[in-house]
Amino acid sequence: MKRRLFLKSAMAGSAVATAVGAGLLTPSVVFAASEKFKGLSSTVVSGAAGAGAGSFKFKAPKIAENGAVVPVEVDASKMNGVSNIAFLVKENNTPLAASFNLTGAVGFVSTRIKMGKTSDVVAIVTANDSMTKVTKNIKVTIGGCGG
Amino acid sequence: MAKIKLKPKARKGVITIKALIKHPMETGLRKKKGKLVPANHIDHIVISHNGNKFVDADIGSSVSKDPYFKFKVAGAKGDTIELKYKDNLGKTGSMTKKSK
Repeated sequence: MKRRLFLKSAMAGSAVATAVGAGLLTPSVVFAASEKFKGLSSTVVSGAAGAGAGSFKFKAPKIAENGAVVPVEVDASKMNGVSNIAFLVKENNTPLAASFNLTGAVGFVSTRIKMGKTSDVVAIVTANDSMTKVTKNIKVTIGGCGG
Repeated sequence: MAKIKLKPKARKGVITIKALIKHPMETGLRKKKGKLVPANHIDHIVISHNGNKFVDADIGSSVSKDPYFKFKVAGAKGDTIELKYKDNLGKTGSMTKKSK
């Protein structure tokens, strides 16, 4: 139960952080599962204070009817020197969904991810060696009717 | 084995690349009749523009079945876009298209 409560508070907190538009909350370490993600999340924590946090567009549905296909899109085309765009699904077994290393491409990636259940999805954009992120909570209502 | 759909389209100096790869993307966690389905997912994608690599992606198992990607790169009509992928079983696939 405690864990559940903590998750809820973490989600609420990140929603606030999104509203504020600053990467204030960095509980990602708690959810770390894979080595790859650990490395990435620790870099996020250290880079969270970086300038221009979350100044890109992150498009994702609020409610995903089917967790197996969740469209997500990052549009950072207004930022210069975007070198990496990554997606993290915190509740998934392997949180790192995909990491796109871009060289010379426009900072834009759109893809579809799988989600086991309702979770925070974090989009991370690395530009000029500084990381910025935007967190969104996506509800998965599979098997239900929109609750 | 796998089918790839690749649609690069140039507009105002930017090529938008839509890619759809037919792939089961099994995570290795799902069970079928009580037995685990072995993992079978794409873990690496490289896309080149006129021979220059511009996207080098590490894909995890939590990308959807038949993954769809959209990228943008500066370029013009007639440029060559090449997509290559590799899955965790070592299978590879590639597709080359000229931008429209």
